[in-house]
Amino acid sequence: MSEIPAPTKPQPATPPAGHASGDKRFKILEVHMKKHQFRHDALIEVLHKAQELFGYLEDDLLLFISHKLKLPPSRVYGVATFYHFFTLKPKGEHTCVVCMGTACYVKGADKVVEAVQNQLKIKPGETTADNKVSLLTARCIGACGIAPAVVYDGTVTPRQTPESTVEQINKWVKA
Amino acid sequence: MILNDLISVKEKELAAQKKIVLRCCLAAGCMSSNSSGVKEQLEKAVAEAGLQNEVEVRGVGCMKLCCEGPLVAVDPKNELYVKVTAENAPSIISALKGGKANAEKTDANAAFFTKQLSIVLANSGVVDPERIESYIAADGYQALHEVLNEMTPKDVVEAMVKSGLRGRGGAGFPTGLKWGTVAKSAGAKKYVICNADEGDPGAFMDRSVLESDPHSVLEGMAIAAYAVGADQGYIYVRAEYPLAIARLQLAIKQAKTMGLLGSGVFESPFNFNIEIRIGAGAFVCGEETALMMSVEGKRGTPRPRPPFPAESGLFGCPTLLNNVETFANVPAIYRKGAEWFAGIGTEKSKGTKVFALAGKIKNTGLIEVPMGTPLRTIVEEMGGGAPDGGKIKAVQTGGPSGGCIPSQHLDTPVDYESLGKLGSIMGSGGMIVMDEGTNMVDVARFFMEFCMDESCGKCIPCRAGTVQMHNILDKILKRKATARDLATLEELCDMVRNTSLCGLGQTAPNPTMSTLRFFRGEYEALLQPEQHCAPGKTETATK
Repeated sequence: MSEIPAPTKPQPATPPAGHASGDKRFKILEVHMKKHQFRHDALIEVLHKAQELFGYLEDDLLLFISHKLKLPPSRVYGVATFYHFFTLKPKGEHTCVVCMGTACYVKGADKVVEAVQNQLKIKPGETTADNKVSLLTARCIGACGIAPAVVYDGTVTPRQTPESTVEQINKWVKA
Repeated sequence: MILNDLISVKEKELAAQKKIVLRCCLAAGCMSSNSSGVKEQLEKAVAEAGLQNEVEVRGVGCMKLCCEGPLVAVDPKNELYVKVTAENAPSIISALKGGKANAEKTDANAAFFTKQLSIVLANSGVVDPERIESYIAADGYQALHEVLNEMTPKDVVEAMVKSGLRGRGGAGFPTGLKWGTVAKSAGAKKYVICNADEGDPGAFMDRSVLESDPHSVLEGMAIAAYAVGADQGYIYVRAEYPLAIARLQLAIKQAKTMGLLGSGVFESPFNFNIEIRIGAGAFVCGEETALMMSVEGKRGTPRPRPPFPAESGLFGCPTLLNNVETFANVPAIYRKGAEWFAGIGTEKSKGTKVFALAGKIKNTGLIEVPMGTPLRTIVEEMGGGAPDGGKIKAVQTGGPSGGCIPSQHLDTPVDYESLGKLGSIMGSGGMIVMDEGTNMVDVARFFMEFCMDESCGKCIPCRAGTVQMHNILDKILKRKATARDLATLEELCDMVRNTSLCGLGQTAPNPTMSTLRFFRGEYEALLQPEQHCAPGKTETATK
């Protein structure tokens, strides 16, 4: 049996701290990774932080994470696209998340979505052309007691109707 | 921290208690109706009236009647104000001194409250979830102390077996048996995981427990860890529950500071640390093997069992995985005894179950009832029936894995076996009421769409089968399907149920099968007559 010589690992020069762009957010993200000791099982935590800092996960950011955590880009991309919470596209200035859980659905959440769709001429998951409003749907935000619920820019609002939702959207569009 | 310290914290907290306590709900439901503003106004009004020494305004967790929020309860008068606003909140304070409150009151002795039996929710709406002292004053962490000092891990497992507690995540596996298996598994490193990935649409019990009484879950996990020999715990919680995450983080920090978590719990050799893992919106992660993949930072895809997590789970180590509600039951079981717990409920289903009552019903919110309570009691007496004089058509339990129970079966007792017989499941506790206006085929399609979107794609029956079933349901709703399509749908239901890898696929046909069983007429009414081919002509020729 011939012995295979162990491949000599090319030792990369210490990567520069942060990111070539000089964007400070990369540095904050790196500190967060360090807190988790660059462990592979912290990937989802790191992606959460990255999305919190940047709003969405663009390719460059995913490559940065894969490089720092020493994970193949395919694994990072695979995880980022598997989970609904992560978005690879930028969101609009305002977000309108309509809960489509069972309780909200039987109380007419589908009509709320339809109304917004007609008003903004976009489908769930899309953003208006002027980048003002993103329409999203959620599986269930656990606010079933106050169905149908809509989350406007992170604020859960109870008992919405197609009219009240369109009214709120119009406020954003006109602003 | 030793027992005396714990007792002195409790006594100090009880001694500081004021004569009148105003409990203001600060759980997510009421918060969305500005209950934090209500609390602020109440505090201001108390200060203005100079009542600081007599009246305490306490932020508490869920007070159950979510549809009427924000809720404010007045102790010891046993009054419950509903739909309180920041404007009319001060009048509640004036009412304490004989004035008249502008806020609406509800009957605190209504069936919705009196028919409940609280074990899991005993502290919910009573203790301040952001202060560990408040939990300790309600006998918190006493069970952990007793377990660590007076029982061997074997005794702890035996007591759990005796209590008869079954997993509250939906499947109802006996908890004691699970603990025993993990305890017996060989391995130096073991883990305890709390499944707080409450993905079923229509369920919010776990969110409420975490927001209202996080310490009971931590205490339950610590007792479980001692029983099975684990020193590391994880709580896997949905990213959609930011308030629950924040309260858990705070609770863990407080427990560590007091020496109730971390190294040397209660100055014993027992170490236990808990970390929070935040989910990222994948329903399949409620399945135990998928959840563990996610905790490891990977795509949440399930794997075949065996090996079961109890033998080879997280990072290949023996792992105990229980649901939030299961852990929340644990402290009470050790504090009051396994026999006490076993005395509640039915022969095979012990204790209570928390349900999230929602949909077309008058009173929506949380209810906790003994196992075996008839569905009718829950829906009609406690829930108040359908709003605006409507008629209840069906009750959906178990979310996308469960089924619809028609109104003629409302006398069914709620326990694991009875619901199973009707083709539904207990599930984690979501209970959605549907009235006459609900189209059952549409409901079936709604759940199928959910499963189709949430299928992880690992096994073919689930990945492809849910798409095909959804297409047929859609076709039926659009009045384009024939009896032959319906037959194909039934065939697919059977195939996907029997051949899928994990629970998601195995139960995905349940809503369709149960609506087919009880509401077949609705499907058939939408079918088109079969277009028969004339003899001799091939089918393609007629197209």
